[in-house]
Amino acid sequence: MTPELRRTPLYDAHVAAGAKLVDFAGWEMPVQYEGVRQEHMAVRTGCGVFDVSHMGEVQTEGPEALDLLQRLLSNDVSKLQVGGAQYSVLCREDGGVLDDLFTYRLGAERFLTVTNASNHLRDYAWFVEHADGYDVEVYDSIGEWAMLAVQGPEARSIAEKVVGAELPPRMRTAHLPFADEEILVCGTGYTGEAGVEVMIPPRAASALWDSLLEAGATPAGLGARDTLRLEVCFHLYGNDLMVERDPIAAGLGWCCKEETRFIGSEAVAAARESGPDEKLVPFSIIGPGIPRQDNPVLTGSEEVGMVTSGSLSPCLEKGIGMAYVRTDLAEPGIEVEIDVRGRRRAARIESKPLYDPDHPQKET
Amino acid sequence: MAAEESYPEDLKYHREHDWARIEGDTATFGITWYAQDSLGEVVFYEPPEVGATIAKDETYTEVESVKAVSDVYAPLSGEVTEVNDALADSPETINEDPYGNGWLAKVQLSDPSEADALMDAAAYRELLAG
Repeated sequence: MTPELRRTPLYDAHVAAGAKLVDFAGWEMPVQYEGVRQEHMAVRTGCGVFDVSHMGEVQTEGPEALDLLQRLLSNDVSKLQVGGAQYSVLCREDGGVLDDLFTYRLGAERFLTVTNASNHLRDYAWFVEHADGYDVEVYDSIGEWAMLAVQGPEARSIAEKVVGAELPPRMRTAHLPFADEEILVCGTGYTGEAGVEVMIPPRAASALWDSLLEAGATPAGLGARDTLRLEVCFHLYGNDLMVERDPIAAGLGWCCKEETRFIGSEAVAAARESGPDEKLVPFSIIGPGIPRQDNPVLTGSEEVGMVTSGSLSPCLEKGIGMAYVRTDLAEPGIEVEIDVRGRRRAARIESKPLYDPDHPQKET
Repeated sequence: MAAEESYPEDLKYHREHDWARIEGDTATFGITWYAQDSLGEVVFYEPPEVGATIAKDETYTEVESVKAVSDVYAPLSGEVTEVNDALADSPETINEDPYGNGWLAKVQLSDPSEADALMDAAAYRELLAG
């Protein structure tokens, strides 16, 4: 028996828009509508809207909410102001990455942390387990929110027109009224483009979706979401991040503030001190071929790494990916080979991002 | 533009969603409308080598969408005599014209009687409906 898949409040809207629906972390989600490449380009040149209601939310509230989050999250949560957003990772004691998360500070003692769908229950259990002894309440608020991401160069003007109010700038949040509900608009995203992510009560989600489409937004699926994030080298948990890797190897040392003594900070400090054996780097294929997850990275006959994400880049029109590669080879410009199902494809280690939406003409 | 769903009567079908247009002891192979629709837009295709020996029910090439790689199975056994090189530059032809310009390989059949095990269009449609 296949377990029943969960549906977001926009399920009917996806069917009406001609979506191809797939099982994603137990949710029946649109992978594409018209086509991944078209949706990708719509986000790069205009405005796309994604249903990301499968993402989870954990609310942490109380006099010691900040203290608990400082213990759990890798970043310095004390730097997060009310109305602000912050990215961090959640680590085990050994530094292994449990998830990567955005946290919004809604009030002095109230925080909302967005989890990856596949990790939500584990994250929530981790929060609850470690909340013992803190004067704090931790809630699983996944049922309270639908979430839409509106992304692209025209996203802010379209969303502003639909919401009818000024939107918060990048990395800031605002509570705004929409359809007799209060929505939380966040200046964040996962595409490298301008835009917002909107948390909205489920009953109002389809009204917002319909208004965005009427205002000119193109429905975009999880397929385009993946190619968009890969072009700008944003990590995907389960591909590029996992408990077997630490944030230093993953290139996320910038969001780890070991002096805050978060769980795993000693292991992360040790990894930073000794330097990782392998590092996550972006690469592009020279010539034909599309790299895929788990393809080996080779120099000569030696295996020197493993691809964790790979795809065709619709903007660069070539194969791109990210791979954990032996540190001495993890430098931009170094040429390696990728074993793509038995065919060796020449590849070059690149710098981040592979595609820069602000400077799209960059020669690579 | 993607093609309309169809399963021509003059073709034989394999359960892995491949078709064969058989002419005596040669045949042309491709993937069905259903296969290309499931895969989505084909963005990469590298034809097999001319002269390659291929075996019924085994993979002889791959087609790739942005998201995924899909194995293509040989509906019959034989030797590849011609490949569709034009698809390297315009792989989306496989979506637009799966039974015409989107053909994948021409094959000299080693055992034309293998075709008895393939489905006709009605049986294949029944499989899809199944």
